[in-house]
Amino acid sequence: MPGGESHAGQIFCCVGALAITGSLHHIDRDLLGWWLCERQCRDGGLNGRPEKLADVCYSWWVLSSLIIIDRVHWIDKEKLAKFILNCQDKENGGISDRPDNAVDIYHTYFGVAGLSLMEYPGVKPIDPAYALPLDVVNRIFLTKQQ
Amino acid sequence: MCKNGLPTVGETLLCSRSNSPRPPAVTGEATRCTASLAGRSSRRMTRRRRRRPPSSGSSRSRSSTTTTPARKPPPPPPAPRSRARPSLSRDRTLTSRLPHRSEGGSGPLVGCCRFRPSFPRHQHEGANAAERYKIQILAVVLSTTMISQDFWVSGVCRYTEEALGLSFKLLEINPEAYTAWNYRKLALQHNLKELSDPEAIKSSVDAELRVVELALRQNPKSYGAWYHRKWLLNQKLAPVDFKREYGLLDKLLKVDARNFHGWNYRRFLAKFMGVPEEKELQYTMDKISENFSNYSAWHNRSILLSNLLIQRSEGFESKEKIFSEEFELVIQALFTDPGDQSGWFYHLWLLAQTSTPDNPQLISSWPSNGAKLSLFPTRKNGDQNMVSSPSSICCYSLKEGIIPIVLYFNDPVKGLNPSNVKLNSDFVFDKDLQWRPLVITDSGYSNCWATYLEIRNKDCSTSQQFSVEVSIPCSDDIMSRSGSHCNCPVHFTFTVELGNNNDEAHDIDLFHDPISWSSSESFQSHGKPSCVAFDQLNITSALVQEESRWNLDRLSDEIDLFRDLPDENSKFAKLTLARLLLACAAIKSRGSSLIERKGYCEEALGFFSDLINLDPSHKRYYEDERSLVLMDQLTCDMETFMKYCSVQVRSNSATLNHVQLCRLSLTRIGFTERMLWVQMLDLSHNKLRSIEGLEALQQLVCLNISNNQISSFTSLEPLTKIVSLKALDLSFNEIGAHPIDTTRYMCSSPFSHKVERCEAFVECRKKSVNVEEFWDAILFFKSVNLVQLDIKGNAVADKDSFVTVVTTLSPSLKWLDGTCIH
Repeated sequence: MPGGESHAGQIFCCVGALAITGSLHHIDRDLLGWWLCERQCRDGGLNGRPEKLADVCYSWWVLSSLIIIDRVHWIDKEKLAKFILNCQDKENGGISDRPDNAVDIYHTYFGVAGLSLMEYPGVKPIDPAYALPLDVVNRIFLTKQQ
Repeated sequence: MCKNGLPTVGETLLCSRSNSPRPPAVTGEATRCTASLAGRSSRRMTRRRRRRPPSSGSSRSRSSTTTTPARKPPPPPPAPRSRARPSLSRDRTLTSRLPHRSEGGSGPLVGCCRFRPSFPRHQHEGANAAERYKIQILAVVLSTTMISQDFWVSGVCRYTEEALGLSFKLLEINPEAYTAWNYRKLALQHNLKELSDPEAIKSSVDAELRVVELALRQNPKSYGAWYHRKWLLNQKLAPVDFKREYGLLDKLLKVDARNFHGWNYRRFLAKFMGVPEEKELQYTMDKISENFSNYSAWHNRSILLSNLLIQRSEGFESKEKIFSEEFELVIQALFTDPGDQSGWFYHLWLLAQTSTPDNPQLISSWPSNGAKLSLFPTRKNGDQNMVSSPSSICCYSLKEGIIPIVLYFNDPVKGLNPSNVKLNSDFVFDKDLQWRPLVITDSGYSNCWATYLEIRNKDCSTSQQFSVEVSIPCSDDIMSRSGSHCNCPVHFTFTVELGNNNDEAHDIDLFHDPISWSSSESFQSHGKPSCVAFDQLNITSALVQEESRWNLDRLSDEIDLFRDLPDENSKFAKLTLARLLLACAAIKSRGSSLIERKGYCEEALGFFSDLINLDPSHKRYYEDERSLVLMDQLTCDMETFMKYCSVQVRSNSATLNHVQLCRLSLTRIGFTERMLWVQMLDLSHNKLRSIEGLEALQQLVCLNISNNQISSFTSLEPLTKIVSLKALDLSFNEIGAHPIDTTRYMCSSPFSHKVERCEAFVECRKKSVNVEEFWDAILFFKSVNLVQLDIKGNAVADKDSFVTVVTTLSPSLKWLDGTCIH
């Protein structure tokens, strides 16, 4: 809300909405891109705002926002991928919010989605604004053209 | 029941629907369910190591439909099963496992995602676990049964004590069940109709406030709880208890100083209660004094100060005084704890407040003042030698009867139209000249604006000459984002020479032979390349100088201070220093020559190089910044810049103003306002992934961006704005090699709802082109009109159908990868 502190989750909502309405030029992409790329912590993960812990779900909120405004090259993708993979439960499957925590579908989804956005081999490409597979979005929008 | 001994969400609903179509049975059901589940669960729990059942920690907006059977009509949004928050506040062992955060707020919910807490993976089982599990199940059952339509929906919905009691129980366990909050709102409104006694009303309101407080105890970040409280106050049913509200806030912010719900509520309360902003400012000061690392407090400070300054409240009339004090404050914080980011972010905000231009100004134009445009400036003299007339500029778009006029401001502005940008000429122009921002922008703001004069030489037999005066008087319409307007009138004049139709000029075919980028037929331009504009639009008003003085002094002091920061490896210190230097450069050159920037640029370049080593995760950010500064440095000094400029002569004597910026490791371009006159640009062998900024070059005929890192057609959208672009070398880039397109939403496309129908898609489908695969290529090629294209060395060029796309959409294309395709 107006006057509120910046937060990656809310940033995604705004950036995504502006993206699908063709309104991204309202954003100062260099300023936002820098604030977002500073979410990368020493452990390679991304946090939601300064001086907070990294969390796998921000691999989506921050990463997709960066991709939408074409500033994703400002983070270290390899380090982030390593962080996501470290959050896996290698015995039972799934991904948690940070290494050695209990897994859940929410974080598993966003971990995989984050890997997709980084073109991790073997993962289907995902659309950063709709969070759907790219081929699905392309099919929906482009078939309409006929 | 189901696998794992847990009801699936769907089954729970079914259970409640089939067994109890009417609410009264709910409680009994719940108890029965719970008891049986608990019994089963405690047996199961001792076998498994996993601490708690799999959950689908989704929010109200993402329904956990994964387990809902598809054959049933969609049930009302099921409550995701892990909505229940086990009372972590009683169990400190969990929190001791989480990495400790030094700033206020290392409560149990730090690091938690919105709707579920985070747990270490292999938690000890104990009595607590079974207890928590029971509560969770109760909450799930209550949530799901209570939101079944039969219970809530009108007709059945009576606001009974019993129902309210249940809703309270539910919210105490699970404050995320917003249907319960809504029920309470409706109940309150309903019950109030019967109450007129203010005491009774107050008592009702207090009861609601209490529910919120208990819910917040369970989850201090519950959207539903905070919203309910705000809603209550907004109803204005009873006087607000100042102490109670601020007491609650103080308590919560003490536990977690970064709780943005608390801060949002604080802002709301202050406004609602008319608390003066100065008082709130003092609160932020108190919080910051307790602990410098309090980003939320610094943030609120920035909001309050902005408001106070805009309103020019008493004591806040002088920006200089206030910002000087703030700089002192933040520097204290930074020197005390340079490792904490809050101060650095605040400092950068301060810098932005004090170094953006107060009023937008025109800094460049094409044509420039005194320019003479024609189609054929170089002529052979009597001895058949090339002679260039130095003041004359070859304007190739004249061939098509178009003269672009480009205006470039130092800040994005909006509002240009024919009434505030006046054109004066003997030649009769189309009355409806439109000024358009060169960047497609819904917001309307752009640094760069253009209009296109259409020149039709009606009298074919003789040559004509006419002048055009462009003037921008002070206008309130032309505004920057901060609301300030152009206060410095500007005007410039250029002349146009139109040859007659028999003139050789009209037979110019630049592309009779393909353009070669390593042509030896060129000569150094003598003196300045034609129509360099940027030195000719100076700001000389004294007012500007005065404001600049204070800023410059302030910035210089800061630079000295930060240089002395003991920590050699502070990336924020170096980044801040670089930004301070560039801010100085901008101020210094406002109103005087651009060459003043050179020294600052050089020093900033050094800092960015250091930063690449110091903070390798952000290496590519620093490379981008470095590229911009490098471009600034190369183009701000005429002498240096000339080394990169030449005039290329084509075989038929046509000339092109040529700039070469190759092999400079550029990752992005900037300061294109200094290159509005360039006709042939070579940016090959760099590391460009973006060409943002090139759209301003309205005279560009030939562009070489081969051997770069361009990864999509969508990133080339700036080129679709350049009417005169005819030759493009894209070879050896990465187009087609990346499944994720990072400029997909930056361009006009069906995905951003900017392109509804596209004839080009239809045309290509007819030729069996897979539009889903080539939509970006199609949109690009239909918007440019190339005569020469080089695209080899890109993954996309090897795809079947690609050549079809190109040839179908490029009717003028003559040269493709060096081969004539006519």
